[in-house]
Amino acid sequence: MTKNLRLKSSEYIDETNRISFKFNGKTYHGFKGDTLASALLANNVHLVGRSFKYHRPRGIMTSGSEEPNAIVQINPGTNRTEPNVRATEVEIYEGLEATSQNCWPSVEFDIGGINNFLSPFFPAGFYYKTFMWPASFWEKYEFFIRHSAGLGKSPTSSDPDIYDHRNIHCDVLVVGAGISGILAAKNAAKNNFKTLLVDEKNELGGSTVYENNEFNKIDNKTPSEWLKKEIEELKNIKNLEIKTRTSVAAYHQYNYLLAKENLTDHLEAKDKTNKIRQRLLKIRAKKVILATGALERPLIFNNNDRPGIMLSSAVKKYSEFYGVACGFKNVFFTNNDSAYESALSLYNKGINVEAIVDIRDQSESKIVKKIEEAGIKIYWSHTIVDTAGYKRLNSVSIMKLSNDSTSVTGSKISISCDCLGVAGGWTPAVHLYTQSGSKLKFDQEKQIFLPNQNTSEQISVGSCDGDFKIDEIIKNLNQKLKDSLNIKETDLDKIKVEIDQENSKRNIWLLPSDKPLGKTKSFVDYQNDATAKDIKLALREGFRSIEHVKRYTTTGMGTDQGKLGNMHALGIIADTAGVKMGELGTTTFRPPYTPLTFGTIVGRNVGKFFDIFRRTPMNDWHVENKAEFENVGQWKRAWYYPIDGETMHQAVQRESKAARESAGILDASTLGKIDIQGSDASEFLNRVYTNAWSKLAIGKCRYGLMLNEDGMVYDDGVTTRLGENHYLMTTTTGGAANVLGKLEDYLQTEWPELDVYLTSVTDHYATASLCGPNSKKILKKIIPDLDLSDENFPHMSFKETNIGSIQCRIMRISFTGEHSYEINVQASYGKDLWKKCIDAGQEFNITPYGTETMHLLRAEKGFIIVGQDTDGTMTPIDLQMDWIVSKKKYDFIGKRSLYRSDTMREDRKQLVGLLTDDPNIVLEEGAQIVSELNQSPVEMLGHVTSSYFSPNLNKSIALAVVRGGKEMMGKKLFVPMENKNINVTVANPVFYDEKNERLNA
Amino acid sequence: MFLINCPYCGERDQQEFKAGGEAHIDRPKQPTELSDDEWAEYLFMRKNIKGVQFERWNHAHGCRKWFNMVRDTSNDEIKAIYKMGEKPPAQ
Ligand SMILES: [Zn+2]
Repeated sequence: MTKNLRLKSSEYIDETNRISFKFNGKTYHGFKGDTLASALLANNVHLVGRSFKYHRPRGIMTSGSEEPNAIVQINPGTNRTEPNVRATEVEIYEGLEATSQNCWPSVEFDIGGINNFLSPFFPAGFYYKTFMWPASFWEKYEFFIRHSAGLGKSPTSSDPDIYDHRNIHCDVLVVGAGISGILAAKNAAKNNFKTLLVDEKNELGGSTVYENNEFNKIDNKTPSEWLKKEIEELKNIKNLEIKTRTSVAAYHQYNYLLAKENLTDHLEAKDKTNKIRQRLLKIRAKKVILATGALERPLIFNNNDRPGIMLSSAVKKYSEFYGVACGFKNVFFTNNDSAYESALSLYNKGINVEAIVDIRDQSESKIVKKIEEAGIKIYWSHTIVDTAGYKRLNSVSIMKLSNDSTSVTGSKISISCDCLGVAGGWTPAVHLYTQSGSKLKFDQEKQIFLPNQNTSEQISVGSCDGDFKIDEIIKNLNQKLKDSLNIKETDLDKIKVEIDQENSKRNIWLLPSDKPLGKTKSFVDYQNDATAKDIKLALREGFRSIEHVKRYTTTGMGTDQGKLGNMHALGIIADTAGVKMGELGTTTFRPPYTPLTFGTIVGRNVGKFFDIFRRTPMNDWHVENKAEFENVGQWKRAWYYPIDGETMHQAVQRESKAARESAGILDASTLGKIDIQGSDASEFLNRVYTNAWSKLAIGKCRYGLMLNEDGMVYDDGVTTRLGENHYLMTTTTGGAANVLGKLEDYLQTEWPELDVYLTSVTDHYATASLCGPNSKKILKKIIPDLDLSDENFPHMSFKETNIGSIQCRIMRISFTGEHSYEINVQASYGKDLWKKCIDAGQEFNITPYGTETMHLLRAEKGFIIVGQDTDGTMTPIDLQMDWIVSKKKYDFIGKRSLYRSDTMREDRKQLVGLLTDDPNIVLEEGAQIVSELNQSPVEMLGHVTSSYFSPNLNKSIALAVVRGGKEMMGKKLFVPMENKNINVTVANPVFYDEKNERLNA
Repeated sequence: MFLINCPYCGERDQQEFKAGGEAHIDRPKQPTELSDDEWAEYLFMRKNIKGVQFERWNHAHGCRKWFNMVRDTSNDEIKAIYKMGEKPPAQ
């Protein structure tokens, strides 16, 4: 039976603009201005989903972002599909498709619904109790859980939309554009504060904008009429920026807030393309005015979750704002006067209100009298004890509450209805307030948590601060604005408000039924199917802390963070444990207030913008010559240059041989370079390196090892003395930024008396490293005028010269053991330098090699790579590099630590060479080393740090760290692998040219 | 996300800064004179206070200058910021 429940006369619905959309495959119609929820309700569709655990049929419960039930998948099967969207927030557009989640095969017939009948087997903590043990069964459990619990499907293809980030700085940020937010923003902006007003809805005005209650008047107008005029005036105010469809997700310290601005979700597919879909606003506000309003609570009674049971305030909003009745026969269940406003709205539009069930014994307000006069039956001191109707509510049963309200008496009355509006009072939306670090207090009289201790420049105004009546709101807002913004006069001074008399309220957190609690299903958290019974069970099992009860029962742990039921959970715990509400504390609300898409979080940082990368000036040449690249820090470095389909191994073997036999060339531009100047530069180097620097002659180079203060090797590299007070330091590629940071730290904080200036010049120079026995001849061709004799330009020295008109710095240093030159030119000439070298080297078969060959060549020489052969636990002594540690220097960074008892232990892990007995077996880097095979457990002596097949030695070589390795020269050890044990022998780590004869070859 | 008032640049977002641990621990002038325990005290021992703590911070993505901060770690309130070498403000 489908009947149209659209009422005429809503100015927010454009009935000339009819929109068709699909829900669960069926086509429906709504109008521009509808949400998916309002359009479905207008078509008398309440059943929209199944609950998470019991798969109970669930309907639309609310009209806003707090919705726990109506969670749908938008545009399934497309690359714009999005799961877990609240139907109450989706603005419909032509072509929109949505489906229910968490049901199979359909929302009408769901196999998981059987869980509902098995529910005695799904108590609180069920997942903890059942799925934790035995661990080996986890895979089976996981299969079961994943198939029966559906929380929507993520898209399988990439997101076609654009997302953006924007920084906003403002004097005043107003969150929430209800009556309080609008008045606050207006007065702030009028007083020259740069103001930003945001609201998650597409229309301003909050609930006051459809408040047509004839008993409340502002300046003799209904609140609705009056507020619309105020909203109209906002347009002409300077200094005020308004963002609708913008929800604040997070409120961090120092008034830093993140908001999601939704720009295209309400548009048809054809209008979405090439537009920014959502924008993350990063807002830094001098002052924040929270006007986040209040959320209506439901009441907790038996079977309170059937489709057709909704919040009373939602019934009112659907009627007044969307022009939709939620049922033909309506009943309200309440503990305060607000349900009467909803009832009156329906009554005024000619919709049938069967009865109002009120747990109070009376109310004196005018609106209650009006309902009585209208002939609507009010059951005072009654409660609902049960409801009926599986997929749609069809009746409620009510009974009289006992005097102490813990039980029910008398006879049961059944009232036929298809919609029940529930009003359990209002909870201030303090989520953002607490996220900011500010503290709440419990107000015993109002029975709510209220802002208490502000930690930031912030105020809370309106109902989120506990002011629910328009006269209180305006009076308190006025005073807070004056105090907080330091202003003398506001528009609010002159406003005249008449309101209905004070409401009486009555809180019963868990309403009794004629059935025992164990036989009831009174849902506290709808989304996670947590009932009052579950919470009581958790308490019986010994849980006391609210945070523990929350996790054990999963109350408040859904995507809605339990916005509706948290207060009831606390109330039930307090009542059961016999303590006061305020003493329990409250659960922590964490960002985001409403879920964010990954796209919004990531913004533009996708694809090649995901992480920045750096390329050397020679990069184009490497690409043209088919190099494979590897990531070294942020750098893209040429790894090897395969020719004619060579494998990596083949390419590296060829490159390594060529570099030693004739000539090789490496792009070394990525090495960190720090320019050091100042009259104390030599002294500074003395303090940061382990070896002595004062006597290094100008024009000479020296290798240095840098330690941390704990004595462990931190970085290494060659530093050249360019002048009396001028050095150029090189660092490892990956360590460049950290080394500069560390040096600056010492200069600024420990040795401010030193006259030293550091400048990073890594990007300023391009470096080609020319190596091999023919490197000298090649350089001679490029710079014929330069005297390359060993006398004039010996190993470890430097020349400043020119290649044509280009200035260059050449260091004769070597990381391969071959005769080598590192040629540095201004970065923009890098590619040109590289090509010159390649051209000049043609006749010598110059071979470009990448990082892999560089690693192999240096391993043949036993040169360490910091970060590969060291791991932050190796001292220079452990590396057998005692020669580089000055005994004479009084102090350097890390020196004292080398004499700690632990760093002087003989049995530390030490760097050694390893040779496999079978020269063709190449060890795996990271493989463990043992001395015994038949021991259990076996002692791990160390591990392999570098391992290669050396084409120049025609055998496998490796570097390893081994406990007490220095004393093990020649010892047989084992590397146990999965299928075999590899026999190895400890060797000198310098495998090739031990006497360094090739440096001058 | 703190808003940090760099003494050289003014107010900047926390993202631009790097925390550098406890402040006012001077590197010993004569490390070789120290016992292992004394050296270990300098090297490893740091306070981790719930409450007012003195910290080093570096404007790493800005002027690269180091400075000191007094911060209440219980609520992240920055109570004072002062340059290296300056005396901490009286509490
Ligand atoms: Zn700065």
